[in-house]
Amino acid sequence: MNSNSNSRFRITSLGEQLLRPLDPALGLLLAALLTYAVIIMASASPSRIESQLEHIALAVTMMWIVASIPIQRLLSLAPMLYVAGVALLVMVQLFGTVSKGAQRWLEFGFGFRFQPSELMKIAMPMALAWFFQKRDGFIGWKEFLLGVVLLAVPVALIAKQPDLGTALLVAAAGIYVIFFAGLPWKLIVPVAVIGIVGIGAFAVFGDQWCQQGVQWPILKDYQRDRVCTLLNPTRDPLGKGFHIIQSTIAIGSGGLAGRGWTLGTQTHGGFLPERHTDFIFAVLAEELGLTGVLVLLALYLALLVRGLFIAAAAPSLGAKLLAGSMTMILFTYLFVNIGMVSGILPVVGVPLPFISYGGTALVTLCVGIGILMSARRNWREH
Amino acid sequence: MNTFNEPDENAGRFLLRLLVAALFAFGGCFLLALRLYTLQVKYHDHYHTLAEDNRISLLPVAPQRGNITDRNGVVLARNFVAYTLEISSDVVDPEKTINELASFIAIEPRDRRRFYKFRAENRRLGSAPIRTRLSDEEVARFTGQRYRFAGVDVQARLFRDYPHGQLASHLIGYISRINDKEVEQLEESGDAANYRGSEHIGKLGVEATYEINLHGTSGVEHVEVNADGRAVRRLKNEPATAGNDIELSIDIALQKVAEDAFGERRGAMVAINPTNGEVLALVSMPTFNPNLFVDGISSADWNMLNEVNIPVRERNKPLLNRAIYSAYPPGSTFKPFMALAGLTYEKRKWTQKISDPGFFWFGGHQFMDDKKGGHGAVDMYKSLVVSCNTYYYMLAGDLQIDRIASFMPQFGFGARSGIDLPGESDGVLPSPAWKRKRFKTREQQKWYAGETISIGIGQGYNAYTPLQMAQAMGTIANNGKRMRPYVVKAVIDNQGQRQERPLEQVTEIDVKPEYIAQVRQALEDVTRFGTGARAFAGAPYRSGGKTGTAQVYSLKGGKYDKSNERMRDHSWFIAYAPAEAPTIALAVLVENGGFGAASAAPIARQVIDFHLLEKRPNEPAREDADAKDEGPENTTNTQAAANAQTTARAETGGNPSEQ
Repeated sequence: MNSNSNSRFRITSLGEQLLRPLDPALGLLLAALLTYAVIIMASASPSRIESQLEHIALAVTMMWIVASIPIQRLLSLAPMLYVAGVALLVMVQLFGTVSKGAQRWLEFGFGFRFQPSELMKIAMPMALAWFFQKRDGFIGWKEFLLGVVLLAVPVALIAKQPDLGTALLVAAAGIYVIFFAGLPWKLIVPVAVIGIVGIGAFAVFGDQWCQQGVQWPILKDYQRDRVCTLLNPTRDPLGKGFHIIQSTIAIGSGGLAGRGWTLGTQTHGGFLPERHTDFIFAVLAEELGLTGVLVLLALYLALLVRGLFIAAAAPSLGAKLLAGSMTMILFTYLFVNIGMVSGILPVVGVPLPFISYGGTALVTLCVGIGILMSARRNWREH
Repeated sequence: MNTFNEPDENAGRFLLRLLVAALFAFGGCFLLALRLYTLQVKYHDHYHTLAEDNRISLLPVAPQRGNITDRNGVVLARNFVAYTLEISSDVVDPEKTINELASFIAIEPRDRRRFYKFRAENRRLGSAPIRTRLSDEEVARFTGQRYRFAGVDVQARLFRDYPHGQLASHLIGYISRINDKEVEQLEESGDAANYRGSEHIGKLGVEATYEINLHGTSGVEHVEVNADGRAVRRLKNEPATAGNDIELSIDIALQKVAEDAFGERRGAMVAINPTNGEVLALVSMPTFNPNLFVDGISSADWNMLNEVNIPVRERNKPLLNRAIYSAYPPGSTFKPFMALAGLTYEKRKWTQKISDPGFFWFGGHQFMDDKKGGHGAVDMYKSLVVSCNTYYYMLAGDLQIDRIASFMPQFGFGARSGIDLPGESDGVLPSPAWKRKRFKTREQQKWYAGETISIGIGQGYNAYTPLQMAQAMGTIANNGKRMRPYVVKAVIDNQGQRQERPLEQVTEIDVKPEYIAQVRQALEDVTRFGTGARAFAGAPYRSGGKTGTAQVYSLKGGKYDKSNERMRDHSWFIAYAPAEAPTIALAVLVENGGFGAASAAPIARQVIDFHLLEKRPNEPAREDADAKDEGPENTTNTQAAANAQTTARAETGGNPSEQ
């Protein structure tokens, strides 16, 4: 009768038990995004729908599991995950499989491959959040310095594979934690200024720096080429610039309303490279137009808003930091991907969150959502 | 040091940072939205155009080539639809596919070579033929197995077919694959666009000279393509305009009679209608089968036609068009023209007699007559009827080379006739000017008076094509009006509009009609009482003619070897008929045929007989009908038969033509 107030003794249905860990808002937004993903995939690559549905099932299950675990318990797993992740990254350096000129995968036999760098996308912010929560109340220069070291080790290992895209995402995830933990503004502002000046300088002197034979510090040649191609895609229209030119044409030709679902000529003419993975945004933009794009951006924004609200209301500093970082990493994903596909960022291998084909990224993202859901709940009630 | 000690204060600072992060994220999303708005709304038209350009490809549609018929409508070159088995360029391992196909469809090594060549050269066409001209049974067999072969398909394609095989092949010519040089020529002439879909182009004969008419205008198919350039969907179609049909002036039945008359002998014959220049038959023996070239000639066939395994001196050169390219000394067939020159320059009168002792001394050199002891007293009439050499030695000496050289061009000697066939040669009308041009050293350039003497009987440097001889004979037959010879009578466009070739009189020779009449009187008696009498014995019509025998060995300076057939004289006969109002003028040359009266004149007789009397319309017409009914299968058979025949000839003939 008045069971609402006395939930502990209420006999709940299986459905209710299954739904309990889930945040309704996040769940609905995720459902909407995944439905959208399937619709786009049905045009971009219909033959992959089945396996993508399997990925979705796996990812949602993982999300549910993570969401069912109290956030403090998740945070307590962080040191172990971090150490394991770094160890695996070292193993990749030693025994990893080379694919497309980069060592990223660990083969475990039975066709099972594992990308430790993907684990670090979650483990890295968790470890830092755990660390800062541990030092809650005593966070100072020493803590930030230690945090940067914790962050730099796996990022360096990933960058060495080389996988700059993932390295940047892992670095970003860690930086968000450090930022939310209260990194002083007097450190943030100069870095931001240097960054803006650097980008500006590149815009001016890029052509000179991109000439043949000019070696850049740190970056590999293919990374240099990507940045240079971004500056001037037409310099190699059938080679490195092809991706950007064709995806830009696809997006631009979509117009306001799009060419219609499954009617994109760029998509179906084979002009769009990697149309089901990193460039799937161009499929959406071409076929559903700016309208479809804005719908997607609105869904993402809603997800971001919900994530930031969860962070604000999270029960502990670690939960706040982790939730904030997870939310912002989602933004980073979508910004880098859409920016790349629409030609304002270099081509880096970052999928469009929840939409691109592939299991690994989807599981990572859904685990992130699971963490947000876990952070949302007031576990002390139980 | 410890900045975040107070929980409330900390919570407030964290909220501020969340707000900053939110602004950062919103700003980023706004930036993206702005970028997308720019692309999708502001520059939409630009990118839309780019996308359209990307996806719409204009595929050329090759037009159907025009047919070639003879003057009676008998088809000499046509197109037929045949099934080809084609393998898409998507097929990654064609060798495996071909091997599997070969288990139930005959695939020769030649087919494989052609396939890989085609595949390498025409990547964008999407598929390459592994077999052409499939039989119905083979099509059925493949259809049953089709499910096993992704990317393999049967296509209906147009092929060129020459139903008469090697008959008149030099004249009709053939089409074959466009080569790099022709691509360049097409680009220069601005026709490259019209040939984008065409694989073949006329290489020889009428197929080459009337390429523009026969080819037609390419159509365009607007298709949607993917990034690999492969057609996905058809959007719009501008059909091709078929090429024009061509009606030849040739009577293919007459041509057949002439070619049959030659048999295994090498030589050439050109028969024209002297009144209008229509070429009625143009023979060059031996011939070849043009069907061999259509799909790209195999190296075996090519070697066979070029006789690579035969010593140079024994080659028959079937690809050589002797009728318009090879120039031979005219021998005594030159005499009527010399006679006209003598009359015109008043160096001889018709009745004026000379005494022929059987030789002619000039410059310490003895020029022999054809008859031992000579012909005695010889006037111009007799000089032609019995073909007296001494008469013409003397006449040439009196005329001098300059007069001869300026008189002869009006008959077309030494210049291309302008016939509508490729590969005509000038021949040689010798003169001191010609020698200066032809030779390098002073010694060689000098003109010797003795050279003039041999020219009088059509020897020396004199050399003319059979076409030039026929044209010159026709000029006499047409009472001095020289008509431009041509082989295409009319062009018929695809609306059925017929355009006749306009007649073209090249020149009216500057010779009094009475002189022509006198010479014709003599020529007409050649076939009655003279050197051509035996060949024309019993002919129910009157004709004019002149035999000729061109020496081979003396020109070469080699040793005369009677046993060597190639050393024998070339045999000429030029003629016209009927004498009263000639409708045919011809020149026959039989290489190493000996006396003109012996080999060339009988061929002329058969041709004129057929032309004037034995017109058997049923026989050739029926033959053509048969070829039509039996279609491509039959073509293949006749082709094979022709191959065998040509091979046999090449192997047994062993006669080089050294003109």
